[in-house]
Amino acid sequence: MRPVFRFVCLVWIAVVPVAGIADPGHNLSGHNSTDPVIIGSKKFTESYVLGEIAKRSLENAGVKADHRQGMGGTIILWEALRAGQIGSYPEYTGTIAEEILKNASSSSQDEMRAALGKFGVGMTNDLGFNNTYALVMRRDAAQRLSVRTISDLRPHPNLKLGLTHEFLDRRDGWRPLAERYQLRPQQVVGLDHGLGYAALQNGSIDVKDAYSTDAKIGENDLVALQDDLQFFPQYKAVFLYRLNLPSAAIAALQKVEGTLDERRMIRLNAEAERTKNYARAASLYFRPNELTKASAGESLTHKLMRWTTRHLELAGFSLLLAVIIGVPLGIIASRGGAIGHAILSIVGIVQTIPSLALLALLVPLPFFGISPRTAIAALFLYGLLPIVRNTATGLQDIAPSLRESAVALGLEPAARLRQIYLPIASRMILAGIKTSAVINIGTATLAALIGAGGLGEPILSGLNLNDHATILQGAIPAALLALLVQWFFDLLDRILIPKGLRL
Amino acid sequence: MGGASETPASIITLALRTAKRLQQQRIVNALVQLAGVRKSFGSAPALHSTDIEFERGKTTALIGPSGCGKSTLLRLIIGLLEPDSGSIHFDGATIDSEAILLLRRRVGYVIQEGGLFPHLTARDNVLLMPRHLHKQQDEIKNRLDELCSLTRFPADALARYPAELSGGQRQRVSLMRALVLSPELLLLDEPLGALDPLVRARLQKDLKEIFARLAQTAILVTHDLVEAAYLADIIVLMNEGRIVQQGSIDDLRDRPANDFVREFINAQRSLVTL
Repeated sequence: MRPVFRFVCLVWIAVVPVAGIADPGHNLSGHNSTDPVIIGSKKFTESYVLGEIAKRSLENAGVKADHRQGMGGTIILWEALRAGQIGSYPEYTGTIAEEILKNASSSSQDEMRAALGKFGVGMTNDLGFNNTYALVMRRDAAQRLSVRTISDLRPHPNLKLGLTHEFLDRRDGWRPLAERYQLRPQQVVGLDHGLGYAALQNGSIDVKDAYSTDAKIGENDLVALQDDLQFFPQYKAVFLYRLNLPSAAIAALQKVEGTLDERRMIRLNAEAERTKNYARAASLYFRPNELTKASAGESLTHKLMRWTTRHLELAGFSLLLAVIIGVPLGIIASRGGAIGHAILSIVGIVQTIPSLALLALLVPLPFFGISPRTAIAALFLYGLLPIVRNTATGLQDIAPSLRESAVALGLEPAARLRQIYLPIASRMILAGIKTSAVINIGTATLAALIGAGGLGEPILSGLNLNDHATILQGAIPAALLALLVQWFFDLLDRILIPKGLRL
Repeated sequence: MGGASETPASIITLALRTAKRLQQQRIVNALVQLAGVRKSFGSAPALHSTDIEFERGKTTALIGPSGCGKSTLLRLIIGLLEPDSGSIHFDGATIDSEAILLLRRRVGYVIQEGGLFPHLTARDNVLLMPRHLHKQQDEIKNRLDELCSLTRFPADALARYPAELSGGQRQRVSLMRALVLSPELLLLDEPLGALDPLVRARLQKDLKEIFARLAQTAILVTHDLVEAAYLADIIVLMNEGRIVQQGSIDDLRDRPANDFVREFINAQRSLVTL
């Protein structure tokens, strides 16, 4: 095989698995009447269930709808709604006042509606229940220390608090709460919500934040501490929606107003956690004759196929980009000098940005938002370093006598690179691409944080439900994929690395 | 015109014209000319201001102790190094960075370990340039056959990779690669330095035959006086970046320019007569 042909093969092999199926974010553009309305939800059970209820209400009203589960926190969803990337999502009045409008004085729902209108966003009346924040403890521990209210925590600064990251940073969250109640605990750690319940059970923490309609409170025999100083604002559930949604869609969302009281919501949440099936829990909300319509759950095989395909799209497409950009950058970097050093430093620094932070930085940008594009961009950036560095090192390591031979023969610089240098460095370059591919398969699980799907989806919802089986549904295929990719590249080595270099 | 030729002024003009023609003749006879060429690496001079000419059809050996500047001289001619000052002429034309690419294709270059590309077979190494320049298929095939018999390289080994060839075979492939475009000048930088004595002796004999058959202009760098005397018409002895003496082996032996030449010759002869 001629070297040029070989390079074309390399690109071709990298493209084929993703071309044709990768169509990042095609349905996020505008609101054609034929486009489905995208419903978002936050990364916890109740939000999943409400999102599912919204989707089913729209479908029952004859509006096509699609539910992006568990897209992360308030900011990501609000930005996505404002930019029109999603059509609606369930939110709480307290969050709207404190986090979105940043209006500390608790305003009325009408005032909120007027303020939201300026962003082209509407708000339904409340759905019927108040899901405020609460601090929870194990019942036995609370009784032993006779803690019934939040004020009762004050004499026990040695209790360990495990709080969600969102609660730690909220304007109505931990810091003002601690100030109001004069709490000075020695240990406060940030913890995932789902993991926090397990931590409470095994005694790693003593107190955590929860939502008052959380089914886990009853299930795990926890008590919610009374908010004796009335610190927490009202958290009435509502749907936020784009004002330019079809009127049938808005009417369908408004039909849910006032139909969910606290007891009913807790029951739906408990059903969701028991069956690990949000669609089923949501269908409890509707009457039985409507239930039959969408009750056909997706089979596990089908779900695994969908997650795996999306996972490969994300990892494959980002890898392709990293190869197309990374190899030329590596060639430039191999020449050293200020530019070469700058390239290596920059791709090195990008590697050190935590993935969550990188995603959060990309989401507010116009082109990216809540879409697979963002995940692909982040994975691409992480994939660059191994490719750039190995390409540069591989080229720099070519023996001077071989370089001089190529020059002395009278080959033009481009021909030297294509016919001599790149083939000789091919083993190093391929090793870099392999490292990149394996890293991408692992990191692509984070795409689920921004609703981009993939095998991270079951891992995240499993974490949220504290359900190991669901976590493994994502973790095992992801590990197998990484092995397969490794094996695939070993095979590729035999095809792409010239035989003379393998002797 | 006839009357004017009697005057003293016209005699001078004629003499000058003749001298110029002779000068041009010399340029035509010399394939490579270096005039005032100087090269330093950092503050260390590798080659002091040097003037030298290499004649067509002759084999010249550059010889001297390590670091005497002989390899530097060779690398300046092929343009792997650029002179700090002075000029290099090839076939009457000045070598500059624009002309260098075309010039390199008129020059063959063989280095110590062969410099063969490990990812290409012997055949692909040899035919890299003819294919790159889109030469005719049958022309390429004939040339390869010619070269195999010229360098006594077994045709069935052409499909092997450099790693599968012996040291001597590698040098033969390297020689074929250097000769494939029928270069006007062949440069050899210690081509036999890494070979064991038997293989080396065989290749020396073959090289001498090849130079004679092709009437090849060649410049050979070596540190072995016996090899230089055997292969070259002219020996250029260098030391510390300067040419000390040039001439035949008899000139160097019988009429040494200074003590260094005498010492260098004696050192090598004592080894031979041991």
